[in-house]
Amino acid sequence: MVGGETMSKLTIPQEEIMSSGHLGCQGCGGTLAMRYMLKVFGRKTMLAVPACCWSVIDGPWPYSTVSVPLFHTAFETAAIAASGIKSGLDALGGKEDINVIAWAGDGGTFDIGIQAISGAAERNDNILYVVYDNEAYMNTGIQRSSATPWGSWTTTTPVNSPKNRPKKDLVEILAAHRVPYAATASIAYPEDLVKKFEKAKNTEGFKLIHVFAPCPTGWKMPPDLTVKVARLAVQTRIFPVYEVENGVTYKLNFNPKKFVPVDEYLKLQGRFRHLKEDGYKFIQKNVEYEWELLKKKVETFK
Amino acid sequence: MEKVILGNHAVSYGALVSRVQTIAAYPITPQTLIVERLSEMVADGDLDAIFTKVESEHSALASTIGSSSVGARAFTATSSQGLALMHEMIHWAAGARLPIVLANVNRAMAPGWNIWTDQNDSLSCRDTGWMQVYCQNNQEVLDSIIMGYKVSEQVLLPTMVSLDAFVLSHTAENVDIPDIKLVDKYLPPYKLKIKMDVDDPHSFGALSSPENYMEFRYKMQEAMYKAEDIIIKEGKEFERIFGRKYGMVEEYRTEGAEIILVVSATIASTARASIDSLRAKGIKIGLLRIRVFRPFPVKDVARVLLNKKKAIVIDRNISYGKSGIFFDEIKGAFYNIEGEKPKIFGYIAGLGGRDVTPEAIFDMVNDAMRKDKPEKDIIWSGVKL
Repeated sequence: MVGGETMSKLTIPQEEIMSSGHLGCQGCGGTLAMRYMLKVFGRKTMLAVPACCWSVIDGPWPYSTVSVPLFHTAFETAAIAASGIKSGLDALGGKEDINVIAWAGDGGTFDIGIQAISGAAERNDNILYVVYDNEAYMNTGIQRSSATPWGSWTTTTPVNSPKNRPKKDLVEILAAHRVPYAATASIAYPEDLVKKFEKAKNTEGFKLIHVFAPCPTGWKMPPDLTVKVARLAVQTRIFPVYEVENGVTYKLNFNPKKFVPVDEYLKLQGRFRHLKEDGYKFIQKNVEYEWELLKKKVETFK
Repeated sequence: MEKVILGNHAVSYGALVSRVQTIAAYPITPQTLIVERLSEMVADGDLDAIFTKVESEHSALASTIGSSSVGARAFTATSSQGLALMHEMIHWAAGARLPIVLANVNRAMAPGWNIWTDQNDSLSCRDTGWMQVYCQNNQEVLDSIIMGYKVSEQVLLPTMVSLDAFVLSHTAENVDIPDIKLVDKYLPPYKLKIKMDVDDPHSFGALSSPENYMEFRYKMQEAMYKAEDIIIKEGKEFERIFGRKYGMVEEYRTEGAEIILVVSATIASTARASIDSLRAKGIKIGLLRIRVFRPFPVKDVARVLLNKKKAIVIDRNISYGKSGIFFDEIKGAFYNIEGEKPKIFGYIAGLGGRDVTPEAIFDMVNDAMRKDKPEKDIIWSGVKL
């Protein structure tokens, strides 16, 4: 349980493998996610990074802010580039202990990269795929992706025509592939996040962790709200944190007795400023519906 | 060991004796037999490699790029639409300076669907930084895979080995499959100096500003320039060990010739027989086969064609709005070279797998002999209007 009474006291590893001096915006959730991930995985790690904010955050040639090899790759290829690196290491021999991680944004994952993810998931390639989800194409200037939530403004969903479709359910797609491990996590709950990275590190086969990573620049909010907003996303159940093993065993990691109403989350962000009471109600209703569905899955496969 | 094998299986055996370590591929007609046989070789333990059966050609090359970047000898094969889907990663492989070898079965592009041979698929990759080899028989296909790795691993640019759909891919020929221990002497294990390494971490392919991007591209061209000498050197070394000779181009009966027929790939076999007939009639004609298209054999083309009366270029490809692509390259190669230049006739023939018969070649030669100079840059051979 995270945030509840039984919250475990895990120690987050102290070593910093990501250096300061990166090119992330102030309050970037995606840089926090990388920092925690590297703490868990350590230096015996290789990254495949497609076009996303992190292609810039890591720094221009010849700089790099992560002290592990990082292979920049094309937009739709994070999963397969990582899998190719892994097969290369396995073919060479003696390098099986190196962790290979695909590290991508939501556009490169939910949209253009999903075919290669599906391929790697179906083959059960022994890699970890991490999506740091900031719910739009932030690197190109806040265009809608299929991870953008209903009602959100982006530069391609203007306020008089905001996004009118729900966010794609990525973890369900992975669960349908029956992969060993798929989970959601949030930068606002680092202990839970670290625990999930550790679980992924110790699991053979294809793993995916969907990390909620607010973007103050794109969400139109002050940078000091990143962690608060990420926490509210979980507390409102807009972004439930849960795990799925082998596509069928569901586990909720946050399930308190009382939840925060969605408008407390939405009102902090400029991207939802145009929403009215009926918009909040619609989102609240959907959140509750999805939550019930998720609980049923947890119960069904207990 | 001599064996009667299909061109596609010559590719598979080429990969086998080159000891490729990773393979990633997606099936497409007429390439499928290459990867089917490689699957068997891996499954039977004859080839110690990891074969990733990917969900698209785009992923096939992306996977190959990934494994090559950590230092594994990586291989893939495709054709036509598959090569077109790979195109983004074709640029990536060369820009990342990875010595990948890719076999491409030359097949026409859709629409309409056509599974037969022409060269527009691979020639659309002309400006990507890949070396390109066009083969005329199954033996050359196998040998070119081995030489491809030998050259690529020295210049750090990838090699595309092309073979004509069906004319080679599904045609059985007598092929000498060299002893793998002999190949080991020619092709040592792949040791990539700059690679993904956890003990020496770097980022690869990072953001390059206008301040340094051009220098990376300059180095690619420098490598391509160097490649010509290495292809010639390694061709000679190959001949020393295996007894078969390969260069940038191949000449046939060019001595004393006034007219040179310039072709590539399997049209060369038909052209060679046609030249014998024409020579028997007293026509002073010879053959130049362009084997390596990138780097382009400017020196060889000039050496063979200068001071000849006419050159007849047969292109099984077309650059719409311009001309045949080999024709264009050959014409361009001469511009700044001193010497008596031939009149160059450019014929488009055999698109979408239409046979280029000896009769078609005689017609082209007769047409060129009748005229003082070409009236236009494209002369269509045998088009039905």
